[in-house]
Amino acid sequence: MNNLMSLQALQPILPEIALAAGAMVLLMLAVFAGDGAARFVNTLCILLLIGIGALIVMQPGGRVTMFDGGFVIDDFARFLKLLALAGSAGSLILSLDYLTREGLQKAEFGVLVLLATLGMMLLISANDLIALYLGLELMSLPLYVIASSNRDNAKSTEAGLKYFVLGALSSGMLLYGASLIYGFTGTVNFAGIAKAVQGGAGTGLIFGLVFLFAGFCFKISAVPFHMWTPDVYEGAPTPVTAFFAAAPKVAGIAIFVRASVVAFPGITHSWQQIVVFVSIASMALGAFAAIGQTNIKRLMAYSSISHMGFALVGLAAGSAEGVQGVLVYMTIYVGMTLGTFAVILSMRRDGVMVENISDLAGMSRTKPTMAFMLAMLLFSLAGVPPLAGFFGKFYVFLAAINAGLYTLAVIGVLSSVVGAFYYLSIVKVMYFDQPAPAFQRTPALVGLMMLVFGTLNIVFFLYPAPLLGAATAAAKSLF
Amino acid sequence: MAWPVLSVVTFLPVLGALLIMLMVRGNGPFGKGTARWIALWTTLVTFAISLVLVRRFDPTSPEFQFTEKHDWLGVASYHMGVDGISLPFVILTTALMPICILASWTSVQRRVKEYMIAFLMLEALMIGTFASLDLVLFYLFFEGGLIPMFLIIGIWGGPRRVYASFKFFLYTFAGSVLMLLAIMAMYWQAGTTDITTLLHHGFPAGMQKWLWLAFFASFAVKMPMWPVHTWLPDAHVEAPTAGSVILAAILLKMGGYGFLRFSLPMFPLASDYFAPLVYTMSVIAIVYTSLVALMQEDVKKLIAYSSVAHMGYVTMGIFAATHQGVSGAVFQMISHGIVSGALFLCVGVVYDRMHTREIAFYGGLAHRMPLFAFVFMLFTMANVGLPGTSGFVGEFLSLIGTFKVNIPVATFATLGVIFSAAYALWLYRKMVFGTLKPAVEGIRDMGLREAVIFAPLVVLTILFGVAPKPVLDMSSASIAQLLDGYGKAVKTAKEEGTQAPKAAAAAAPQVEASVIPVSATR
Repeated sequence: MNNLMSLQALQPILPEIALAAGAMVLLMLAVFAGDGAARFVNTLCILLLIGIGALIVMQPGGRVTMFDGGFVIDDFARFLKLLALAGSAGSLILSLDYLTREGLQKAEFGVLVLLATLGMMLLISANDLIALYLGLELMSLPLYVIASSNRDNAKSTEAGLKYFVLGALSSGMLLYGASLIYGFTGTVNFAGIAKAVQGGAGTGLIFGLVFLFAGFCFKISAVPFHMWTPDVYEGAPTPVTAFFAAAPKVAGIAIFVRASVVAFPGITHSWQQIVVFVSIASMALGAFAAIGQTNIKRLMAYSSISHMGFALVGLAAGSAEGVQGVLVYMTIYVGMTLGTFAVILSMRRDGVMVENISDLAGMSRTKPTMAFMLAMLLFSLAGVPPLAGFFGKFYVFLAAINAGLYTLAVIGVLSSVVGAFYYLSIVKVMYFDQPAPAFQRTPALVGLMMLVFGTLNIVFFLYPAPLLGAATAAAKSLF
Repeated sequence: MAWPVLSVVTFLPVLGALLIMLMVRGNGPFGKGTARWIALWTTLVTFAISLVLVRRFDPTSPEFQFTEKHDWLGVASYHMGVDGISLPFVILTTALMPICILASWTSVQRRVKEYMIAFLMLEALMIGTFASLDLVLFYLFFEGGLIPMFLIIGIWGGPRRVYASFKFFLYTFAGSVLMLLAIMAMYWQAGTTDITTLLHHGFPAGMQKWLWLAFFASFAVKMPMWPVHTWLPDAHVEAPTAGSVILAAILLKMGGYGFLRFSLPMFPLASDYFAPLVYTMSVIAIVYTSLVALMQEDVKKLIAYSSVAHMGYVTMGIFAATHQGVSGAVFQMISHGIVSGALFLCVGVVYDRMHTREIAFYGGLAHRMPLFAFVFMLFTMANVGLPGTSGFVGEFLSLIGTFKVNIPVATFATLGVIFSAAYALWLYRKMVFGTLKPAVEGIRDMGLREAVIFAPLVVLTILFGVAPKPVLDMSSASIAQLLDGYGKAVKTAKEEGTQAPKAAAAAAPQVEASVIPVSATR
C-alpha cells in the first residue's frame, strides 16, 4: 500500500522516468544489435523523445514540487522541456542521413543524446543547488563524448577534449560558487536561499553568485566564457554542432533564469549588473568576431554567442515580461538554428561535406529554394522584420526598456546592426556571386526540416498568439 | 464597404508574388513572359482597386478611413487605415508599380521570376507602411522593405552593386533600430502602440526630445537628409532603372511621411525645439547637394543629388508647421515621386541603348530622339520647378510656408531653386543639345512601350502643375487637424513656461497664422 502511494507520488516526474528507462532499454538494444542497427536505434530515440514530449503536454497544469522542494514542475519547466526535447529530436532527425553517409554509425549516438536530454530536463526542473549540479553534469558528460564521436578525426577529438577540460573547469567553478552560497545561507534550496538573501547579501554570497553565474555562462557560451565555442562547433560533426547550438542552450538559459529569479530575488540589482555586462559583451563580441569567419560552423558559433547575449537582455530586465521575452527568444532561436543547420547539412559536393561560406556561392541559381530559405533564416537571425527573429528581439528589448536599461538596449540594437553585416555577407555570396558547382541532392529528411523551419520562420508573424500565450503563462509561473 | 479594401490593396501583390513563385518554372522565354504578365496584371489590378479608395474617400473628414482592426501580437494589433496624408502615398505607390514593371520589360533579362517577385513583395510592404495604424505594424512594413530592395540592388545592379546594397541596408537598418526602441518606450508610457491613440497622447516634454531624436535617426536616413544622405547616390547609381524609380519615388517618401505621421503630431514640443536643427540641415542639403550635383559626371548621380536637395524643401516645409508648408511638403513629395521617377526612367531609356550613364558620352540627342528630347525637357523643367509643372507648386508652397516662420531660412532655400536650374539645364544642354556625337549616331527614339510608360507621367506632371487642387484638397483636412493639435500643444507648453509670457504672446499669432487654409493665400 505504502509502495503504491509513493509510486503515485512519482507521477509528476513520469516523463523523466520514462526517458531514463527508455534510454536504458535502447542502450541494451544498441549493445546487442550492434552498429548495424544504428539508424534503427536512432529512429527509436527520436520517437521516444516525441513520446516524452506528448507526456509533458498531457501533464496537468499547476506547480508541483518534489523531493523536499529540490525538483519543481511548473509551466516554466514544461515550456522549456518541450523546447529542449524539440531541439534534441530535431538535431537527431538531422543526424540520420549524415551519420550513414559519413560512416559514423554508432548505435550509442542516439542514446547519448537521450541521456543528455534527460540531464537537461533535470536541470530545467532543478530547484536546489544539488539537483542543479546533478542535472548539469548529466547533461554535460554525454556532450563531451558526442563532440568527439568522429574518433578518427583530429579536429573532432580535439573538440571533445577541449570541451571536456574547459567544461570540467567551469563545473568546478560552479560547484565552488554553490558551496559558498550554501555556506553563507545555510541551505541549498532556492526558496530557502531566497529567504536568506531577502535583506541583501554580503560579499561572500556575492562571490558565490559570481562563480555560479560563471558556470552558467560557460554552458550557454556567453562572453567571457565563450572561448570553447568556435573550436567545438567547428570540430564536432555537424549534426552534433546543431544539437549543441539548440538543446543545451535551452537548458542552460532555463537554469540561469530560474536560479536568478527564484533564488536571488532580494538582490536583483546585484545580479542584474552581471547579466547586463555578460549580455553586452556577448552581443558585441559575437557580432564583431563573426565578421572575419570563413567557416560557416565557426560563424554559427559566434552567431550563437551573440544570440545568447540577446536572450540575456530579457533576463537582465528581471521581470515577468523579461522572462517571457527570453522564452520567446529561445523558441525562435531553436527553430532558426535547426533550419540553418539543415541547410549546412545539405552542403555536400562530390560526396564530401563542405563548410566554407564561399562554397555557397551562387546557390540562388543552383538551388533556389534552399537559397531562399537560408536567406530568410539569415535575415531572421539578423532580426529583420517581418521574420520570426525580429519578434524574439522585440520582446526582450521591450522588457529591457521597461526596466530602464536604456544603455543595454541601445548597445544591443546597434550590435544587431553589426551582426546584420555578416548575415548579409552570406546572402551576398548566395545571391550576388557567380555560381559554384551545385550541391548534391539534399536528403529527404534534411530537406523536410529545412522547409518546415524555413516556412515557420517566414509565416510566424501571421499567428504568433499561441507561442506568446504559452510564454506568458510560463513566465508568470516563476513570479 | 463590407470588404476590407485596404488589406486587399496591400496584400494583392503578395498573392501575385506567390502565383509567380508557384506557377513559373525555369527562366526560359515562356517563363519570363508569364512572370512579366502576371506581375503587370497584379499591379494593374492593385492600382484599379486602390482607385476605389480614392472614390470612397471623404476628403472633408480628417479622421482615418477604411479602418480595419484585428488582434495580433498582444502588444500590437493589426490596425490599418488611411487619412488625407497617407492616401496620396498609397496611390502614388500603386500607380507607379505598373510603370516600373513595364520599364523593366526588356531591360531585365536575368532571373526575371525573382525580379518580379521582389518587386511585388516590395509593393505590398510599401503600401503597408503608409496604411498601417499601429507602430509595430508600421515598423514591420517599414523594415521589411529593406529585404527586397537589398536584393534588387544587389542582384540586378551595376558594377558596384554589392557595396551599394550593403550601404543601403546597413544605413537604414542602423537608423531604424533606434526607432524601434523609441516605439517600445512609447508603449510603456502610453500603454499602446496604436497610432490613433498615440496621436492624442501627449508625451512628457523631456521624453519627447529623446523619442523625437530616435525617430529622427530613422527618418533622416530614409529621407535622406544631409549629412546621412551618402547612401543614396550609391544606391541610385547601382540600382536597375525600376529600382531607382521606386527608391526615389516612394522609399524616400517614407521618411517625410514618418515626420508627418509621428514626429510632428506625437512630439510637438520636441519638433518645435528641434526645428532650427532641421532648418539648418535642410538648407545645407538644398544648397550643398545642389552644388555637388553641378559637379557630377554620371547622370543618375546628378539626379540622386537633386533628390536630396528636393527632399530638403520637404523637411523644411514640414517643420515650418504652417498649413502651406506642410501641404507644400506633401505635394512636393507626390510631385517629386512622379518627376524624379520619370527622370530615372529617361536615364533608363538612353542607358538601355548605350549602356553608359556618363554625361560626356551623350550629346545632340535631339537630332535623333525628338520625342525623348521633349519628354526629358518636360521633366527637367518640372524638376527645376517651372510654373505650370507640378514641381513648382510644392516648392512654392513649402517656401511660402517657411517664409512666414523663418525668413533667413526661406531666403537661403530659394537660392537652391537657382542652383537646381543651373545643374538641370546644364545636364539637358550637354545631353540633348549641341552637335550629335558620333558615338550616339545610331540611337533610336522611344518606342511605343516607352511612350506608354511616359504618357501618364507627362499628363500628371502638367495636370498637377495647372490644377493642384485635387491633391491639396485630399490632404487639407488631415493637415489642418494635425497643425491644430500641434499649435495647441506648443502654445500650452509656452504658456506654462513661467518665465516666458512674452514668448507665448509672440508665438500666438504665428500659431493662428498656421491654420489659415491654403486657398486663402493662393
